[in-house]
Amino acid sequence: MSCTVPDPICSDVAVIGGGIIGLSIALEAQRAGHSITLIDPEPATGATFAAAGMLAPISELHYQEEQLLALTLASAARWPEFAARITAETGMDIGFRATPTLMLGADAADRIALEDLQQARLRLGLEATRISIREARTMEPLLAPHISSAHLLTLDHQVDPRLAAAAIQKQLLAVGAEREGRGADEVLIRARARELLHQDPTDTASPVIGVVLDDGREIRAPEVVVANGLGALELGGLPHHLVLPLRPVHGDILRLRVPEHLRPLTTATVRGVVRGLPVYVVPRNDHTVVIGATSREDTNAGASAGGVHQLLRDAQVLLPAVLELELCEVTARARPGTPDNAPLLGRVEAANGTVIPGLLIATGFFRHGVLLAPIAARIITELLAGVRDPAFDHFRPDRFSPARQHQESA
Amino acid sequence: MTQTLTDNDALLIDGVALGSRLIMGTGGAPSLEGLEAALVASGTELTTVAMRRYAVHGEGNTAGANLFDLLVQNRIRVLPNTAGCFTAREALMTAELGREALETDWVKLEVIADEHTLLPDAVELVEATESLVNRGFKVFAYTNDDPVLALRLEQLGAAVVMPLGAPIGTGLGILNPHNIELIVSRASVPIILDAGIGTASDAALAMELGCDGVLLASAVTRAQDPVRMATAFRHAVIGGRLAAQAGRIPMRTHALASSAMEGRADF
Repeated sequence: MSCTVPDPICSDVAVIGGGIIGLSIALEAQRAGHSITLIDPEPATGATFAAAGMLAPISELHYQEEQLLALTLASAARWPEFAARITAETGMDIGFRATPTLMLGADAADRIALEDLQQARLRLGLEATRISIREARTMEPLLAPHISSAHLLTLDHQVDPRLAAAAIQKQLLAVGAEREGRGADEVLIRARARELLHQDPTDTASPVIGVVLDDGREIRAPEVVVANGLGALELGGLPHHLVLPLRPVHGDILRLRVPEHLRPLTTATVRGVVRGLPVYVVPRNDHTVVIGATSREDTNAGASAGGVHQLLRDAQVLLPAVLELELCEVTARARPGTPDNAPLLGRVEAANGTVIPGLLIATGFFRHGVLLAPIAARIITELLAGVRDPAFDHFRPDRFSPARQHQESA
Repeated sequence: MTQTLTDNDALLIDGVALGSRLIMGTGGAPSLEGLEAALVASGTELTTVAMRRYAVHGEGNTAGANLFDLLVQNRIRVLPNTAGCFTAREALMTAELGREALETDWVKLEVIADEHTLLPDAVELVEATESLVNRGFKVFAYTNDDPVLALRLEQLGAAVVMPLGAPIGTGLGILNPHNIELIVSRASVPIILDAGIGTASDAALAMELGCDGVLLASAVTRAQDPVRMATAFRHAVIGGRLAAQAGRIPMRTHALASSAMEGRADF
């Protein structure tokens, strides 16, 4: 451990934010031998609590986002082992399912749009197959007979983010206790981070040496990871020149229970485009399904009646039996959106071009937090070990900052 | 050459000269960065934003994070709209929200009849136009391609009348060119074709029919390459405008050689 003073709290790495990203980074860093302090007043209650947990880079392909595709593919490839190891360490099933995804069109225009996207997938060498509607309905007999097209994506899987977050948290505390003899309240600090602590308190570009909490307590750590999603906007002490262009993109998402006589509603993840709008139905091991998700950039953080209406209306076009389910939960959360839909991930350069020691950023994961958690954890852990892979420079957190943009245009 | 021909051809609305006759919408863009690039490529100087769908104020050190920041940075004027309103009452409240948040009297008035067609509700539209004009708004009235209704909206004080080419988001083009021509021929306020545009030739046709401008969103934002499509529309609107001013030849049943007999050597 880097510091032996009993007060303030000390560790090798402080991670601000206990969503799936912060948790995964803390887990991977702890596995690499670092002692960890995770700071979050309510871990895994933000976007992670809402997320459906689709590990679906291929069905989420969008035109002109090849850089992001490379990152999502790399992370999806890591998920099977990432999940297996968590389960082996904790004995907890985190709902990882290597089941396929069906991508369906509802009307003739949806069929054309999805066929265009299929051509783009084939050009990129992605595994996706057009199948007949009869074949799709043989796989999933409850699919509506009148859908217009079907594609089978065998590599797009899923995990249950709530179970994954709970398991990771359990593991962090267990290792903290066994390896370092630290109590749960030392490993997981249930408080809000107020600001970063700098070596030179007057200079936000000076090395980061810790975190000040809302209640005034100090956490000392030679490395601090900012992984608190939209919360980064309210965190003090970030370098003045660093622009983190995050915006809340609200999403409504539903959880429903499948009555016994309709089980399974579906075994594959069913996604579709219904009159131009995306919708998905993700089946869980516990006989529930997750139906999502809207994308709203309005000011309503609460669940939207219109959003719930839209999701049920469109989901029942693909799976009419959806209307027979028990509606258990309506959740709305904000995703941390960025201008290019890609995360802000890595170390930060000061205006003079030198890297600011002690500071790592991992936010802006937008729609892909769960999917990107293993690769984000890997990238940050390598940076902690002094290894920077230039393949990920595209996602550097200062790419929207004025100094950085100036350098690039020069 | 194109530049010179269109230089003195600004679209005048409420005393404001717009250099581009292409008005853009923002819905359906896959990313903020992609939207910005497409707006710049389109050359638009006026862009409409749904007040019900976008939060005006960002927070923190986030310059460029939000749609409105992006428009301000690119010096694009914002035209708030009432998309998603089904009654005159909702439209009024949404328009007031836009005026307060964005400090503009301009409003694009949309009063939609139903979710399935997204067609304007003529009765509510007339009522909302009258009320908004009385409250000092400059109303850009989104309407059906009905020449009677279009003229009525002008008489009620609409600053701009915006007939649809086809229902929103359908990309079906201009379904009733004759009606659009008729609306234009009777109007003394700017007529801007709004909704239904699918590809560049639709926009050129609108301009050839005599429209003063074209408003579109999905055709660009949902295209596979939005920047390329925005560029296509910039050229199409200019091309259609020039063609409308240039005086086209009449359509004939029988062929007429382009090299006529006059001036030839007489043997």
